[in-house]
Amino acid sequence: MMGFSRAQTVAFWLMVAAILIAPAILYPVFLMKVMCFALFACAFNLLIGYVGLGSFGHAAFFGMGAYITAYTAKAWGWTPELAILAGGAVGGLLGLLFGWLAIRRQGIYFAMITLALAQMSYFLCTQWDFTGGEDGIQGVPRGALFGVISLRSDLAMYAVVAVVFLACFLLIHRIVHSPFGQVLKAIRENEPRAISLGYRTDDYKLMVFVLSAAIAGIAGGMKSLVFGIATLTDVNFPMSGEVILMALVGGMGTIFGPVVGAAVVITMQNYLAPFGAWVTVTQGVIFILCVMAFRRGVIGEIAARRRVAL
Amino acid sequence: MNLSRRALLGTVAALPAVAAAGHARAQRPTLRIGVLTDMSGPYKDIGGPLAVDAVRLAVADSGIADAGVNVEVLFADHQNKADIGSNIARQWYDRDGVDMITEGGSSAVALAVAGVSKDKNKTYLTSGPATSDLTGKACNANTIHWTYDTYMLAKSTGDAMVKAGGDSWFFITADYAFGHALSRDVGNFVTGAGGKVVGNVRTPFPGTTDFSSFLLQAQSSGAKVIGLANAGTDTANCIKQAKEFGIKSTLAGLLVFISDVHALGLQVAGGLALTESFYWDLNDRTRGFSERLWKRAPGVRAGMVQAGPYSAAFNYLRAARQMGPAEIRKDGAAVIAHLKKTPADDDVFGPSTIREDGRKLHPAYLFQVKTQAESKGPWDYYKLIGTTPGPDAFRPMKDGGCPLVQA
Amino acid sequence: MMMILGIPAPLLFGQLLLGVVNGAFYALMSLGLAIIFGMLNIVNFAHGAVFMLGAFTAWGLLNYAGIGYWWALLLAPLIVGAFGVVLEQVFISKLYKLDHLYGLLLTFGLALVIEGLVRNFYGSSGLPYRIPSELQGAQNLGFMMMPNYRGWVVVAALVMCVATWLVIEKTSIGAKLRAATENAPLVQSFGINVPLMITLTYGAGVALAAFAGVLAAPIYSVNPNMGANFIIVVFAVVVIGGMGSILGSIVTGFGLGIVEGLTRVFYPEGSATVIFVVMVIVLLARPAGLFGRAH
Repeated sequence: MMGFSRAQTVAFWLMVAAILIAPAILYPVFLMKVMCFALFACAFNLLIGYVGLGSFGHAAFFGMGAYITAYTAKAWGWTPELAILAGGAVGGLLGLLFGWLAIRRQGIYFAMITLALAQMSYFLCTQWDFTGGEDGIQGVPRGALFGVISLRSDLAMYAVVAVVFLACFLLIHRIVHSPFGQVLKAIRENEPRAISLGYRTDDYKLMVFVLSAAIAGIAGGMKSLVFGIATLTDVNFPMSGEVILMALVGGMGTIFGPVVGAAVVITMQNYLAPFGAWVTVTQGVIFILCVMAFRRGVIGEIAARRRVAL
Repeated sequence: MNLSRRALLGTVAALPAVAAAGHARAQRPTLRIGVLTDMSGPYKDIGGPLAVDAVRLAVADSGIADAGVNVEVLFADHQNKADIGSNIARQWYDRDGVDMITEGGSSAVALAVAGVSKDKNKTYLTSGPATSDLTGKACNANTIHWTYDTYMLAKSTGDAMVKAGGDSWFFITADYAFGHALSRDVGNFVTGAGGKVVGNVRTPFPGTTDFSSFLLQAQSSGAKVIGLANAGTDTANCIKQAKEFGIKSTLAGLLVFISDVHALGLQVAGGLALTESFYWDLNDRTRGFSERLWKRAPGVRAGMVQAGPYSAAFNYLRAARQMGPAEIRKDGAAVIAHLKKTPADDDVFGPSTIREDGRKLHPAYLFQVKTQAESKGPWDYYKLIGTTPGPDAFRPMKDGGCPLVQA
Repeated sequence: MMMILGIPAPLLFGQLLLGVVNGAFYALMSLGLAIIFGMLNIVNFAHGAVFMLGAFTAWGLLNYAGIGYWWALLLAPLIVGAFGVVLEQVFISKLYKLDHLYGLLLTFGLALVIEGLVRNFYGSSGLPYRIPSELQGAQNLGFMMMPNYRGWVVVAALVMCVATWLVIEKTSIGAKLRAATENAPLVQSFGINVPLMITLTYGAGVALAAFAGVLAAPIYSVNPNMGANFIIVVFAVVVIGGMGSILGSIVTGFGLGIVEGLTRVFYPEGSATVIFVVMVIVLLARPAGLFGRAH
């Protein structure tokens, strides 16, 4: 189905089942947060897992998406689906700009450039009027979907978030398992050869970058509607660090990895919240553990043991 | 956390027999107060664990246990992030049965929590944030702004200092909304009191650790007072570096707390002018409160942001006895309305009133930090140089733009 | 008063001088980073954290052991450098065969742990550390008051930078180090203990950062975030200067400090972003950095 292998099909339906049942057991707002960040992590993973480019500034797209969606929904009264699309579009545009600058380099340099560009956008956001500076944009209305279905209730919003998440998830999967995705794989494995075969590798990389940024923007936009706020936190460096952690924990280069990684990290943050600074320490410890001993991440380990691709 | 509480509630609901069979606590009403503060970040010493202890002291002092009401005090770390703060508030109200939230942290967090409190019709008595918007355009019927705000700071420090002779000012302003608001508000008061603002320089925020160039500019302007329109480590760095340069002008810390003074040390901070609405050694009542708090949390003296939640919880629990615990849990807006009608009184701020726009009115004190020589012991840091009485200390209600106020 | 470009000359020269002071810190920090990157191919995200540890160690030496500033200048780098050696042995050395990214992630995690732990135990308000009495006071240079301590910082940083550069470029140890950077197995086959060199190099880079931390303690707030505030700017410096170039780090560090200082005078709001703008421009024009060679 849809290019999923058997293992992946099973995993996909398990995920769908979890999404359907979970709100009866767990707090829906918590679950929505997990899904937004899972989408963000999937977008990040698209870049690092399938093109080998580790962006250290992905929060810029997430945060900008959050701001744009929040602003269009609150100040211009756009309906949620338009606001989210706007967030994604602006995320993609920003991705075009940053990508064009950063693609020229690889590896560490690429990471450093994305980091610096993201820091620049953070500083710009602190100055800009429309972002509301320190206060952020607050009181963002969830509005009515297509102008008719009110999203005030958590369950209604949950349904929207779940649908968008699953749709984007499938989109990413389709892209990876398409001829386009095959070229990406070729580029990742041996770029000079791909170039010699006539592929304009920079263009491909840029396209993925833009896509990744757009999806991150959508994730950010959804988040701002769920919580009703968009703040500097969304666009600052620690946010970029967190999404890397999610991808790492879940398994970089796997499809389901980022989802699991997001769930793990957000749950951990929730449980450790009373302990303040221990959250930072714990995240650091998890980073270290994953890099030293657990490089494949949760899903990566499971996939390797069962000799499947997940 | 999720599962256990739901499971517990589910069990209790499904087995009334068990509940009826002498589960004594189920019959005692329980109020829950949530202290939402910065437990681990840059404002931990301004709010933090001491604020939680203060609330616990308020519960003990209020004598509410004698009225047969159980009070639980919860706390959580908002990490100065509006999204985390609003998340916690939402969860507290939705899942954990919290009735009142206090402290509340930075302005961004407070605005978010005020919104959530209104949505869920609960009670928010906030002590930490500075923004006067909470009683202005962001006011709502479920929020009271306790302790202080930027207007109070600006008026007390600006106005009173000019009257005390500091009539030419140079501002070093952290370049973000809060810094701008602070320097603008203080500047207005300075000029209103007959002084002059001779200069204003904006320092990149966050990220500036070296203020020497800006201090130099301030010095060369010849201003008598250098207004530090910033907070936290920015202010600390300015003060330290001013000392290093031998800057002669008086420094006015526009948002400084006793914990900052303690961290800087009197050698560096001596002579600094600042405004707080509470000082532990101010009068007998505050001293009494501080001694009781010292027994629970020795070694640290509370500043206004930590003492504020005591006052909030104390008056809230008094309202609980007057309204009855069942009533107080049902309708947050009703609680606020009740608090606005009955004058508050506690050991921290003394007798005071709460205005229609949610602004609590109590005196603002202009202090000067003692020098090492003047101080007689640890935490003996302030001498009082001026007082602005409550009704005058805050922005006039008609100027705030609060939608609750009848024009 | 003479005016240059609308700014009083005394103010301008004052800012320039202060830019040099800032540049001194950038240079020292990026020097350590460049050494580590050149030798180990690791981008040491923990560099800000060890800078902070240097300052805290100086504070600790004073408050727990009564050891003052001058000894701290020697001891703190040694202590923190030793800690760096431990980190290298336990964690970092295991990653040399892997993609650079993992080294970045590991050191990022280390930074989180170090900063989180310090924040837990010492809070975030910052701790006081006084300027040593020998260096208090200021000189009246006519166009500004130059605090003695600031002058000392510039001198100490310059001396340390030049000394490091000399060791690496002009001594036989430095030659072996540079050779090992280019071709480790070959150098190893000459009987030189390359892994030991690598470990000590990491320790030395960390020690440099800690030295900067001690220098910084009296003038900035000794708080757990002091490294995090610095580190991203220092990365930009290293990228601009060229990621393995010692000379590049030193020159760029001081240079950017001056650029930042000047921006503070003419356009203060932009002084936080000017370094990144420069970085983008340099990367577009000279991808390997101003002094770098393509690695």
